[in-house]
Amino acid sequence: MYPEDLRYSQQHEWVRREGNRVRVGITDYAQQELGDVVFVDLPQEGTTLQSGEAFAAVESVKAVSDIYAPVSGRVVEVNQDLADRPELVNQDPYGAGWIAVLEMENPAELDELLDAEQYRELLER
Amino acid sequence: MTGYQLKGSFPLIFERGAPGRRGYRLPPLDVPEQPIEALIPDRHQRTNPPALPEVSEPEAVRHFVGLSRRNYGVDVGFYPLGSCTMKYNPKINEEVAALPGFARLHPYQPEETVQGALELMYNLERYLCEIAGLSRATLQPAAGAHGELLGLMIMRAYHESRGEGHTRREVLVPDSAHGTNPASAAMCGYRVVEVQSNARGGVDVAALRALVGPKTAGLMLTNPNTLGLFEEDILEIARLVHDAGGLLYYDGANANAILGICRPGDMGFDIVHFNLHKTFSTPHGGGGPGSGPIAVREELVPFLPVPTVERDGDRYYLDFDRPQSVGRIKGFYGNFGMMVRAYAYIRTMGAAGLKAASEQAVINANYLMKRLAPLFDVAVDRYCKHEFVLSGRRYKRLGVRTLDIAKRLLDYGIHAPTVYFPLIVEEALMIEPTETETKETLDEFARVMEQIVREIEEDPDLVRNAPHETPVRRLDEARAARQPDLCFCAPASSTVGEVNAGGGGRTDG
Repeated sequence: MYPEDLRYSQQHEWVRREGNRVRVGITDYAQQELGDVVFVDLPQEGTTLQSGEAFAAVESVKAVSDIYAPVSGRVVEVNQDLADRPELVNQDPYGAGWIAVLEMENPAELDELLDAEQYRELLER
Repeated sequence: MTGYQLKGSFPLIFERGAPGRRGYRLPPLDVPEQPIEALIPDRHQRTNPPALPEVSEPEAVRHFVGLSRRNYGVDVGFYPLGSCTMKYNPKINEEVAALPGFARLHPYQPEETVQGALELMYNLERYLCEIAGLSRATLQPAAGAHGELLGLMIMRAYHESRGEGHTRREVLVPDSAHGTNPASAAMCGYRVVEVQSNARGGVDVAALRALVGPKTAGLMLTNPNTLGLFEEDILEIARLVHDAGGLLYYDGANANAILGICRPGDMGFDIVHFNLHKTFSTPHGGGGPGSGPIAVREELVPFLPVPTVERDGDRYYLDFDRPQSVGRIKGFYGNFGMMVRAYAYIRTMGAAGLKAASEQAVINANYLMKRLAPLFDVAVDRYCKHEFVLSGRRYKRLGVRTLDIAKRLLDYGIHAPTVYFPLIVEEALMIEPTETETKETLDEFARVMEQIVREIEEDPDLVRNAPHETPVRRLDEARAARQPDLCFCAPASSTVGEVNAGGGGRTDG
């Protein structure tokens, strides 16, 4: 459930590198813990973010959780499908449930994120 | 289905009756009839008749009695809703609040005709100040979160009066706090900064030390906190915040644990909030209404909202002449009926009685925690105050979540505890028995929990699919939030269908 080609943050976001950009979503573990997602508060395109800054929020039947930028950068695309179909975050967290695409400021920040193995270890702790 | 059975659905009152049916008959007019056009200008006359139910008196009575039989409240059974103090509301409160001298007052009556009401407000303020250990209070806020917002407005007014309003922009909130704390701070224009908890469930003092500074407006703290634990480092926490120039705000949600035992003012809190509907036995839930008074330290008194209730010899009066006040925050003077009930409660209990109630609430919670400890993981292994938090994480591997356990409790006629809060505990169950429950009730609850755990092990589907015995089965909470169906749309066969269809259609067929 934790694809090898992704990088992971301690706060349960995943990133997929696409050249100088990254696609960001929340992990399968995160969506399971949140339960049924009923609303995603999406960021504005063009917003500039520091790594670790809250930029979106996912609301489930249990709680509202902030989503943090795993790397610094500018929001260049957001998943508008989530406005009508927030359940995509539950159904397909690594695919159709992506949240935003960021243009990276400093790709070296990716090295600070966890790989699949390390993320699995984090969850087992 | 046309009856009012306990299970399943029955029609809305708009779907009953027949055109022209009435539950009353007016006597013939004994004055000359006037044409309506002569009395009400055209533009104010409605063109369609109002969409009112047309039913007989017994139909109306059966409908509402049918609904009332489905109510669940503390008068029906055990209600261990953590962090909400669902204590029994003594009926003498209702008797006193219904006295015509209180119940039939009008807020525009001249002061000299409402001296008793003003005296009650004046005295209640004094009692709350004595319990809080602070100087003055306002009874105006209409709910807990309303009181929080007012507390923060007073905090802001204080910093502005010292020329620091524009620099002190941050409010610190522990990660275990009620969601209303950060929400109120944000509503008041503050940036919310989260403070981590430590392994003992309290505020991490080292983390707090790193966060306080010249930007700090204040810290919002619940004590005991939402884990039901007393903040052991409260004096150090208060010193850190005060040394940095900030104020300490007390969220009174859990004040039921400390009445007459310790006072927030002595702990260093500057602004103290109470919920009359939690701690002082006024109705809670189902619309209340609530009441969230705020008490403050001497330096903050000038900022209290107007009007305050003052006394001059034997005369009580409302004082609007308070130039530094944050202004009015509620129409008239707050939810007065709640003040009467809380006053009746404080007077019937007395100082010793309030202390005994808090002690009993703490003993009940600790007893129940010990009874349930073999079945669940206790979030933090310490004596608790009036409530405690368990984790249902061990049942996840059997495919049963805390939500399922909460739903199964309903089948046994018990209100579910708070679940999934506080957020820092996985699969949390937050239980607050309150002082008003007997040992027999606590034992019965423990036996039901033991039974549910046996069911999880032997027949997890029974629990996963609960509730089975309630008027409706498990509701689809996600769909209700994703596709809310907010419009009543009468079926075509209804006698009132055409009149009522004006509200719009269903969104989901």
